[in-house]
Amino acid sequence: MAERHLEPDTPELRERWGNWSYNPAWKAKADEAISHYPAGRQKSAVMALLDYAQRQVGEETGTQGWLPIPVMEYVADYLDMPIIRVVEVATFYTMYNLVPVGKFHVQVCGTTPCMLRGSDDILAACARRGMRKGHTTEDGMWTLTEVECMGNCATAPMVQINDGNYEDLTTERFDAVLDALAAGETPKEGTQEPGRHTCEPSGGPTTLKEMVTENHDYRGEW
Amino acid sequence: MLADKDRIFTNLYGYQPWNLAAAQARGDWDNTKDILSKGPDAIVEEIKASGLRGRGGAGFPTGMKWSFMPKEPPMDHNGNPKPSFLVINADESEPGSCKDREILRHDPHKLIEGALVAGFAMRARAAYIYIRGEFIREAETLSAAVAEAYEAGLLGKNAAGSGYDFDVFVHRGAGAYICGEETAMIESLEGKKGQPRLKPPFPAGAGLYGCPTTVNNVESIAVAPTIMRRGASWFSSFGRENNKGTKLFQISGHVEKPCVVEEAMSIPFRELIEKHCGGIRGGWENLLAVIPGGSSVPCCTAEQIIDVPMDFDGLKEIGSGLGTAGIIVMDKSTDIVRAISRLSHFYMHESCGQCTPCREGTGWMWRVMERLRTGDADVEEIDMLHEVTKQVEGHTICALGDAAAWPIQGLIRHFRPELERRIAEHAAAMKEAAE
Repeated sequence: MAERHLEPDTPELRERWGNWSYNPAWKAKADEAISHYPAGRQKSAVMALLDYAQRQVGEETGTQGWLPIPVMEYVADYLDMPIIRVVEVATFYTMYNLVPVGKFHVQVCGTTPCMLRGSDDILAACARRGMRKGHTTEDGMWTLTEVECMGNCATAPMVQINDGNYEDLTTERFDAVLDALAAGETPKEGTQEPGRHTCEPSGGPTTLKEMVTENHDYRGEW
Repeated sequence: MLADKDRIFTNLYGYQPWNLAAAQARGDWDNTKDILSKGPDAIVEEIKASGLRGRGGAGFPTGMKWSFMPKEPPMDHNGNPKPSFLVINADESEPGSCKDREILRHDPHKLIEGALVAGFAMRARAAYIYIRGEFIREAETLSAAVAEAYEAGLLGKNAAGSGYDFDVFVHRGAGAYICGEETAMIESLEGKKGQPRLKPPFPAGAGLYGCPTTVNNVESIAVAPTIMRRGASWFSSFGRENNKGTKLFQISGHVEKPCVVEEAMSIPFRELIEKHCGGIRGGWENLLAVIPGGSSVPCCTAEQIIDVPMDFDGLKEIGSGLGTAGIIVMDKSTDIVRAISRLSHFYMHESCGQCTPCREGTGWMWRVMERLRTGDADVEEIDMLHEVTKQVEGHTICALGDAAAWPIQGLIRHFRPELERRIAEHAAAMKEAAE
């Protein structure tokens, strides 16, 4: 995590984000998150509030969103926390973007299970499109990050782009997903392998076959 | 092979809806009140008798863990009773593990019902389900399922008509493997960096907000209602002594058909792969090595594992472990040094930075591993690396240091000739270039 850094706190940044606050929709969600914790323990909600802040910034900038320092200050104020405690959280957890990102945050899993199934090819496909790890393309469309295991190992290799997972990728399938996103479409999430449903063995499950066609109740056989 | 009727996660593959009506049609939330009417102690005893061991990796007996929770609430400084909490670990981040995700998105009501049963048994006020941040769709599903359960009166005041008040909250993480460690998870729930705490005090004494807390894996909690319905003797009829029950196995890497599947514990490795994964890519002769329990356990060679029963003791005997049963299979095309080096990179990335041996050691080990990968090293450095892994192992607050050390130790144990070959090859190439 050593390579992570905050966007510098400049007058321009203050000018742009100094008056930032939640819009009513995100404020409602923030207040609901706070209600999940005992009275006086509101800072437990800091992770949710930073996520919501990042998402609102994303909506406002047409990107995945990020956390400018004034926005973190707003969250700190909201929860009555020292700003440094909020910055600690924002810098510790990798899903908070500390610098601006592109419209699509392409997070390629490169950990061993994905590596064994061909994540090198996926990273090469990214490179062919001009993406570089840790950078955003000049058109502002793509930010590339190589991430650690995303827990989709049985459908590897996989990529998470903003909120969606795209699994069982090959270079062609991955290119198709990126083309669809670039064209403003919404490609199907999950496995990209034709005929595969989720994490069953490809070609059809070896167990629980009744479940494929009906919501089978096995209790009668107990 | 385990019969379908004995599988707990019947909607594992998500062919059917996850919602409450569909889950109830499959048998979830069926008269949960009846289970709770047995009383907390009877539930704990039943889980103990079932032989269920924690499914998150360490394999600690689940019923015993629950029994550590206080029966009478301890008092705070003002003389008020402290609440107890159940924290459910859905921070599945171990490379090779992808089972909890399937429960969360396809069978969330098994988990939520389990939360009520387990929470009641340990006299908890509420459960927090800590789900990893990257499971975005899964968190959406889980939150919707929790809302459904409230709507139906299965949670909240007088949960499921039992007379017991119980809440379930979903807490999303934000990308930190270390939060899967129980005390780091508690820190994170309190709104801090996820850095593990020293133990003691153990969470059952002082956990979340200083209150008695038990942290359990998703799978451990989600199987509890079925065990209560079918009885401890049903669950313990699967698997060998001390390794009871059914288990979600996750097979990734170089098999023909990677998948997640529920099987009886102690199923031999070969049978598991043949029945569900279509065999090893290129046949059994092409199998090089297996990491059988998620990245944190040492790898073992093909000869070692082929006929081993896949359970805690079977894998321990060959110097590895069942862990989460996230099985990473590697065939002979694998660059085994790179495969392990990539795991070293993972641990370097995920070290929380609190303890010096881990913070400095994980980066050091990765850099040496990268040199061993290309052979740009001296033969003596293999032993030096081994020595350093021993200096990290056991010298940190949590087990991440151990987890970073073991894959490297496994590599050196089984593949030293390969490391030496690369060094010799590299040295020869350098010599040739110099001449």
